[in-house]
This record gives sequence, structure tokens and C-alpha cells, in this order.
Amino acid sequence: MELNRAPEAAEVAGVSPNYITTRLDALVNWGRSNSLWPMPFGTACCAIEFMATAAGRFDLARFGMERMSFSPRQADVFICAGRLPFKLAPILRRVWDQMPQPKWCISMGACASSGGIFDTYTMVQGIDTIVPVDVYVPGCPPRPEGLLYGIMLLQKKIKGESLADPTLRQEYLLDERGFYLPPEKVDEISEPFGNSVHQTRSA
Amino acid sequence: MRPPILRELTSCGDSIVEVAAGSAHALLQWLRDTPGQEFNYLVDVTAVDYRDPERPLEVVYQLRSLHRRVDLRVKVPLDKRATLAVDSVCDLWKGANWLEREVFDMFGVTFRGHPDLRRILMWETYAEGHPLRKDFPLRGHFTRAEQTRQALAANPEAHYSLEELSLAEAYDELPEDVRQRLAKGQRGFVR
Repeated sequence: MELNRAPEAAEVAGVSPNYITTRLDALVNWGRSNSLWPMPFGTACCAIEFMATAAGRFDLARFGMERMSFSPRQADVFICAGRLPFKLAPILRRVWDQMPQPKWCISMGACASSGGIFDTYTMVQGIDTIVPVDVYVPGCPPRPEGLLYGIMLLQKKIKGESLADPTLRQEYLLDERGFYLPPEKVDEISEPFGNSVHQTRSA
Repeated sequence: MRPPILRELTSCGDSIVEVAAGSAHALLQWLRDTPGQEFNYLVDVTAVDYRDPERPLEVVYQLRSLHRRVDLRVKVPLDKRATLAVDSVCDLWKGANWLEREVFDMFGVTFRGHPDLRRILMWETYAEGHPLRKDFPLRGHFTRAEQTRQALAANPEAHYSLEELSLAEAYDELPEDVRQRLAKGQRGFVR
């Protein structure tokens, strides 16, 4: 067989019918994206929709999420379903820190993504100021179809990842000022936000 | 002998009594213990801060007599320019403990003689003040960035008091039957 010529399918099949060749990335990402174990962090009404998504009618198990991981140590994807008060923020941060790599985060619903209607003294204005978020699911609360679409988007994102890129698995620790994402960065990447008095997310 | 009251009125069918802070505890004790009154159930302790700065902040006790089936609301006006303080009624109704802690947390009213007066809803290191006061801005005193920084720096275990943490550590000193009940997931009885 000439080495610079790709083997014909018949030749490969003739050698052994029991293997296929593929990219390692594709294989790993296929496995990861189809066996996501969610760590549900349900704090409000979004958790009800999340439970509906996990139950029989919508059946999250179709997407490889058969097992809810109620321990962060055996979880792949963190789903924050509901609003996050500042009192709960260090707990969410600790749960996220306890999850081993590779890990992803879905921010489910308006409140988790932006604070929603709760523009008050208690509420974190988007969990992306606490942990890095991969997929934002809009809605108040999102319907199960919306969450499923977000999960499928996450699977699509995972399938585009590469093992050669070490920054994907980077842990975002708190900087010396105590922020995970500096407020200047938050203001830079976000649109004018909030009510008429406070137009930035860090003010 | 009934302690003096400021005034009494009826609003929407509810009986309301206003009493000065100094005689509030005596009146509540009188209402609980006097035959014919017997308001043996403290439904709620809360407070009202009115938008009018001249109007006093009111601590509200909602009482009920379980077998007489009547309700009574006792209001204690507190001058906002003076120290906000009233005597605790924890010695009359044990259930007042958390209710008074909530009023302290949200309004900054001090309850004299309370066994464990500290914040209950907000965390203990919360430094922005008392959120339900009318002079408290909706989004808090600090910027979002500062609130986020403080939240990320917080230690979740600090939400518990030393008493609560020592309760967890004192598991080995509990009686054997209590430990067995705890092991089976039963909560036991509060003595």
C-alpha cells in the first residue's frame, strides 16, 4: 500500500471491520457533550421548569443528562435556575470551585442572567459576575423547550472545543481585588443596564 | 391594673391599641395574663416605617386569643430622632425571638433583653444598614461592584453564629436517645 494515498474504504474494511478513524477532539467532545451531568442549583421558579424539563414529558435524559448530580464533585454542567441573592453568591462560587474540569455553566432565566426584575439591594445582577457562564437561557421562567435549546447550544459549543486549547480549561480565580471579573470589564462588555439612574452594571 | 395606653381605634374591623414604648411590655404581659383578655398567641411582630419623616416608626404586635377567637393589634410608636428601642417580649412568648430579630435586621429597632439579638435575614457582616427603612435606597448603599466583591469574599460558614456551630460540635455530648433520633432523621422535640 502506498503511504501517501488514503486507503479505500474496502481496503480498511478488509483489514479489520472493527475500528474507525476519527479526530481525538471529535471523539472526546462527542463523549463529553452527550454525557453531561448537571448540577442543579435551583433557587426559584426556574427550578420548577427545570424539574419539568427533567421529568418524563420533556425528558432531559434524551440529551445524556440521565443523572442529576447533586454533588458538585461528579458534575459537568452547572445550571443556575433562578435568582441569586448576594447571601447565596459565595455558596454558588464554592460549588462552582468544587466542580472538576471540564465544566460548563448554564444561566437559566432572566434573573440568573441579569438580575431580572430584582434590581434591588439583595440580588446579584447576573451570575456572570460570580462564575463564568457558557449559555444564557432567556425567559421568565424559560419553557422547557427553551432550556433544552440552551442545552443543545451548549452541546454544540462543546463539540467545537479543542483539546489543544488550554485556555478552555482555565480556572478563573479571584484576582487580588477580590473579583472574578473586574467591574471595568463588566461595564465594557455589557450594554447600558438597569434603571435610569444606574446605567452600568457595576454602579 | 391595666398599664396606660395612648389611644385605641378600630380600623377595617381590627382593634388597634397604641401604647408608649415604656409601658409596652407591661401592657402585653397584662393582655396575656389577665382573665378575660388571655391573648396567649403572638401572631407576628413587625414594624412600619412611614414615608413622612415626622411620623414615628411603629413596632406592631399582632395578638390573638386562641380560645376567645379575637385579634388585637398593639402598636408602639418610636421617635425616629431618638434611639429606636423597646423591651423584648421573648420572656412572654418564646416565638418572639426570630420575629424580633427580623425587625432588628430590617428596621434597626433594638429589643432590650433579647437573648440573641443579631441579624436573621441579612448576613451578620452586612454593613449597608437596615433595608426596610424608608431612607434606605432600593439598590443599597454600596455599588454593585462593591457588593459583588464583599459577597465573593464572604465565608458562608460565617452566616452561622458561634452558638449554632457549637451545637453541631456538641453532637457527642447529646443523650443517646437524641443521637439515635437524629441519626434516623427525626428532629425530636424542642424543650
